Amino acid sequence: MRVMAQMGMVMNLDKCIGCHTCSVTCKQAWTNRAGTEYVWFNNVETRPGQGYPRRYEDQEKWQGGWSLNKRGKLVLKAGGRVSKMFGLFASPVQPELKDYYEPWTYDYKTLIDAPLGDDFPVARPKSLITGKDTKITWSANWDDDLGGSPEMGHLDPVIEKLRRESEDTIKLEFEKTFMFYLPRICEHCLNPSCMASCPSGAIYKRVEDGIVLVDQDKCRGWRQCITGCPYKKMYFNHKTGKAEKCTFCYPRIEVGLPTVCSETCVGRLRYLGLFLYDADAVTEAASVTDPQELYDAQMDVLLDPHDPAVIAAARAQGIQDDWIDAAQRSPVYALAKVYKVALPLHPEYRTMPMVWYVPPLSPVVDLLKEQGHDAEDYGNLFGAIDALRIPVEYLAELFTAGDADRVTAVLKKLAAMRSYMRGISMGNDPDDSIPAAVGMAGQEMYEMYRLMAIAKYEERYVIPQAHMEQAHDLEEMGCSLDFDGGPGMQDSPFGEASGKPAPVAVETFNALRDRQTSDNVAGEESLRGRVNLLNWDGNGTPRGLFPDKRDAPRMSADSPAHSGGRAGPSPDAGGPSASASGASGNPADNEPNAIALEEP
Amino acid sequence: MDILLWGVLPYVMMVILVGGLIWRYKYDQFGWTTRSSQLYESRLLRIGSPVFHFGLLAVIAGHLFGLVIPMSWTQAVGMSQDFYHFNALFVGGIAGIGTLGGIILLIYRRRVTGPVFMATTRNDKMMYVVLTGAIVFGLWTTLASVFLGGEGHNYRETVSPWFRSLFIFQPDITSMAIAPFSFHLHTLVGMLLFTIWPFTRLVHAFTAPLHYLFRPYIVYRSRDKGRIAGRSAAEPVRRGWSAVGTRDRDTRNR
Repeated sequence: MRVMAQMGMVMNLDKCIGCHTCSVTCKQAWTNRAGTEYVWFNNVETRPGQGYPRRYEDQEKWQGGWSLNKRGKLVLKAGGRVSKMFGLFASPVQPELKDYYEPWTYDYKTLIDAPLGDDFPVARPKSLITGKDTKITWSANWDDDLGGSPEMGHLDPVIEKLRRESEDTIKLEFEKTFMFYLPRICEHCLNPSCMASCPSGAIYKRVEDGIVLVDQDKCRGWRQCITGCPYKKMYFNHKTGKAEKCTFCYPRIEVGLPTVCSETCVGRLRYLGLFLYDADAVTEAASVTDPQELYDAQMDVLLDPHDPAVIAAARAQGIQDDWIDAAQRSPVYALAKVYKVALPLHPEYRTMPMVWYVPPLSPVVDLLKEQGHDAEDYGNLFGAIDALRIPVEYLAELFTAGDADRVTAVLKKLAAMRSYMRGISMGNDPDDSIPAAVGMAGQEMYEMYRLMAIAKYEERYVIPQAHMEQAHDLEEMGCSLDFDGGPGMQDSPFGEASGKPAPVAVETFNALRDRQTSDNVAGEESLRGRVNLLNWDGNGTPRGLFPDKRDAPRMSADSPAHSGGRAGPSPDAGGPSASASGASGNPADNEPNAIALEEP
Repeated sequence: MDILLWGVLPYVMMVILVGGLIWRYKYDQFGWTTRSSQLYESRLLRIGSPVFHFGLLAVIAGHLFGLVIPMSWTQAVGMSQDFYHFNALFVGGIAGIGTLGGIILLIYRRRVTGPVFMATTRNDKMMYVVLTGAIVFGLWTTLASVFLGGEGHNYRETVSPWFRSLFIFQPDITSMAIAPFSFHLHTLVGMLLFTIWPFTRLVHAFTAPLHYLFRPYIVYRSRDKGRIAGRSAAEPVRRGWSAVGTRDRDTRNR
């Protein structure tokens, strides 16, 4: 047994309202650069729907993931090493821009520049690729909320498969639409096929937390990873010529903060935590013959963090005690393996994905409500789950390789929880026959309810920090946030510029918290004259927002660019260099400012 | 003049090529990429790129065969000059024409497809001129020997000895000097190509991922550089190849 730790995520789909806040904040944080205009590390798809890129789940076409060869051995679906080498000069299966969409902006300038006339000026869409006028025909969420599904609904690969299998009985049922949202990020798989496809070996999995990253220096742009990833969560930056992907916000995770998509999730539907798994068992588990048994195999790879043998093995592998403790408190482990309500997305791709989903019960509830039934009664819910073949089979195609019984079991647990808690909320005695109907104890069901319905920030995100003793190797410096005046706090006794520079993620986090709990104008005290525009709420004009007036007394004439800061030399508090520039700024630049400060 | 062209210039080229590659590897790994434009356009690329690249590989193999292996060796194994010449012209001609056809298609695509043309830098354009020049002049030497002078010039008595002599630092300038003008031109453009090589997108050729055939599928890396996936530091690293999908190794063996 070789125990390794893996950061994982669970998303509770019942809570997703499809607001795309996760996508937007992720894009602002990671892919708002030239070359990644079309890239969404996090996207939210309406299902049924084609997804992004279009029909990415059709692996007969895109050849992503793994398959078993005739001898039952795990091989890349797109071909072995030699055939990949022959496909190097022009990747044989490669999504083009039109499969994602052609990114665009609008010609906003004409709105204010257009000469006076009888017509309203129009901001025309301009392609961000060619710069020319363009016609918008598709985007990352063009079929949001089932938009266009009468014409294009059949293009969903899952619907297509279900229809093929059951002739067209589905057609009618499908038109009585059910719908849910599916937020997707990189799965940070245990058996990643992108990594296996990379000719340069530039994609790697971190030993410490299992996050899958692309070494931007080692990537040579062969593009095989894009074919290899069945979730199409590998992207080609067409400006740099390198592959990019979701980073699981590792600079935040390392200092114990949740990912941006989790932090900003309006529905609070994301859970972050650790899994402990047996790295030696992964290949074997991914090679199980029957795709419907892959879920069980994946479950077996996950280890019980309370098992003394596992703890001992983890310690032997150098996993620290606070990480083992975090694994024991992990909400994702609880949802996936203890309560067994979280399911992996498309286990049949054999990549052992580590982003899990609680399937949505809401389509069933909504239907019952519409028909005037009591949608809280577990008897009604159980009956509906059994009767609603289509939603259940659709979910099964997504989460259990088509095993409808497994999805039914999960939905029944959710239904039972709903019914059980309704009884308690109404002041009745807990009806323990309800949890018993799905094989759970009353107490256990109550705990599951606590975790799924009212878990607070610290319970949803159990993220152990990367270790200080490894700090010299961290991509972002590790530091503790736990104590007042610690290096992560803004107020250190020797002033901002003393000590090590605080990670940007920590600084932003603290600045935001200060802002939320302060009655003053943003940036007034904590950043000492620098202004973090990300946190500025438009309330007043904090000092340092604008440079001092040109005729201000004794202004240094030779460094006008630095005249804005009161103490620090740099006014751009939001950028990555902000903390460093405060600490290591040229003293010669500081001096004129210091004089300007003291004199008036 | 001959000394300068055939005695000094090759070494200047080698210094720039090797020095440039080392410099770029050390300081510009991020820029070291194929800069693929397949995202913009796939149809023409799927034809042009493999034809060009495989043609080029054949051409390189032909150059090695013609330049490195002395004539006496091939004669010793019973290969007549006529047989060699026919092979060189026939196989080399096909490879050369394929390469040329491939690059013409690629340049046409680059010019006509809007986004691809927009992604073409000045550096790329200069590189295409030199690369196409080298291919055209090289093909000319081959075709000229077919259509102009019956038997043609036997470069294995002039260019090849000069080429080999370069590596023992005793350049045989006179044999190169008596080679016809077409060979001089091809060689000069070729040297120009190798001189600019490290500074263009062509560098991707030097990181052809041959090690992919041997590396383990799953790559683990630790932030702690000394630690290797799932092993204590005391355990030694085994040398050699790893079987697919089993043990993982550190970055040194990637």
